[in-house]
Amino acid sequence: MIELEGLTKRYGEKLAVNRLTFTVRPGMVTGFLGPNGAGKSTTMRMMLGLDRPTAGDVRIDGQHYDGLRDPLKYIGALLDAKGMHGGRSAFNHLLCLAQSNGIPKSRVHEVLDTVGLTAVARKKAKGFSLGMGQRLGIAGALLGDPRILMFDEPVNGLDPEGIHWIRTLMKSLAAQGRTVFVSSHLMSEMALTADHLVVIGQGRLLADTSMADFIRQNSRSYVRIRSPQPEQLLDALSGAGIIAVRAVDGALEVDGGKPEHIGELAAQHQVALHELSPQQASLEEAFMRLTAESVEYHAHSGPPGAGRPDAVTPDAVTPASRQGWGSDWKKG
Amino acid sequence: MAATQVVQSEWTKIRSVASTVWTLSLAAVVTVALGMLISLLSADEWATMSPRERLSFDPTFISFAGMSLGQLAMIVFGVLVVSNEYSTGMIRTSLAAVPQRGTFLFSKLAVATALAFVVSLATSFVAFFLGQAMLGEHSASLGDAGVLRAVLGGGLYMTLIAVFSMGVAAMLRSPMLSLGILMPFFFLISAILGNVSATKKVGQFLPDQAGSKIMQVVAPADNDTPYGPWGGLGIMVLWVAVALLGGYTLLKKRDA
Repeated sequence: MIELEGLTKRYGEKLAVNRLTFTVRPGMVTGFLGPNGAGKSTTMRMMLGLDRPTAGDVRIDGQHYDGLRDPLKYIGALLDAKGMHGGRSAFNHLLCLAQSNGIPKSRVHEVLDTVGLTAVARKKAKGFSLGMGQRLGIAGALLGDPRILMFDEPVNGLDPEGIHWIRTLMKSLAAQGRTVFVSSHLMSEMALTADHLVVIGQGRLLADTSMADFIRQNSRSYVRIRSPQPEQLLDALSGAGIIAVRAVDGALEVDGGKPEHIGELAAQHQVALHELSPQQASLEEAFMRLTAESVEYHAHSGPPGAGRPDAVTPDAVTPASRQGWGSDWKKG
Repeated sequence: MAATQVVQSEWTKIRSVASTVWTLSLAAVVTVALGMLISLLSADEWATMSPRERLSFDPTFISFAGMSLGQLAMIVFGVLVVSNEYSTGMIRTSLAAVPQRGTFLFSKLAVATALAFVVSLATSFVAFFLGQAMLGEHSASLGDAGVLRAVLGGGLYMTLIAVFSMGVAAMLRSPMLSLGILMPFFFLISAILGNVSATKKVGQFLPDQAGSKIMQVVAPADNDTPYGPWGGLGIMVLWVAVALLGGYTLLKKRDA
């Protein structure tokens, strides 16, 4: 379990991490999502005691990181940087880490086997491909058989096979009851691996929700309508209390509307329809909308969502989701 | 976190990179070989020396002449041991494994210093004996007054040069920046300050000039240094202590 309490990091004028409070729980994969520069890596470095928080607190199983005796036995981490001396062999890299935490040498052979690097154990790390380097980093994280694992952008630059391997590994670690915390800037990647989701933008917490809830709240469903008589249709719709929004291509969009209802309404008013189709927005769009608003809030104080290229109105975010995680940051 | 675990880990680190072997062996070979060459040339010069020069002829010190160049390899060793962590990104992995930064730094320094001391002491003895062999009839023997102290001191001097470099590298982190400051400092600035009479008083308190007094057996004719061999070494130890304290303080408070 990792607990963050008002965690804050300030670099001069810039707030890289702004009062983050959330808990990473065992037995599942928690995705840590945010656009590049949102403060994910800084947060992770503070969790490992590498960067000192300006304010707030982070605890690993109730303890501060530097209070852990043999920390690799509690938490294993793969950070974004390569984090190893290229002139050292894979075996010696892991051996020096193992020795510093009183982990037996036999365990080095075990983790090398787990990540499939046994054949190149005596080779220097600088000759490794990106995927092999990533595997070596993961071997280091697994070394102390920790209950908590943390991966910073683990699939970056990997081939499909490597991505699949890491995904499977993370799921199996969580299935063993471990805490798995993984960062990414790709919603699509998270949708495939994470059970729980923590979203940040500009250092602020935007969402802390289960993956299922996130999908339910953010897969916006709407009805898309095209008609040669848009004005008449708009009148008919507003007469029935339905709000329609004009999309960039001239089509109309009705949030949460039922196509049957709209179709019948059009027939009653004798409006011809060229298109009447139920639509589902992708999670990637939902994520971009979520984080774009956090960026725009700081850029200017106009209504969030104004001038967005996809012409989705602020109403696109359902009221339920606003109350869930959007209400406080909009005020603040 | 048991310190012995960390020391063991640092030993694995230091023995598993190539730079350890080549910097230390370069330091030893250059010191010994250049010392032999200069000893040989000095022996030839004896015939043309004035009586005054003969009086201050110091065969022990001459056999250590190679250290002026050999110490540069020792500086590289000291710098790389520490700054490798930063230039490779290993520092984050290391500090995640050993979050007690004092334990981390001083275990690393202890291992590197011990290794540097073994190599330096052996180098000093070899440089002395081979140098004396080149000096022939003008040579000193280990039993002469002050000679054993000078030879042991040669080992201490080289070790302290390495430790000073480790402290500087711990402060500066970048290997290029550390070497860019230390190399000219020891190879040029110290020599220039020491040779210009106006700045000589300052120059003699620099770590290398003060420390190298320990290797002198016969004082130069115009000797006016206000400290003796051990006093000089003490001044050098102070420099080293300041560098280490600076490195430790910065590591303690900096983000990794």
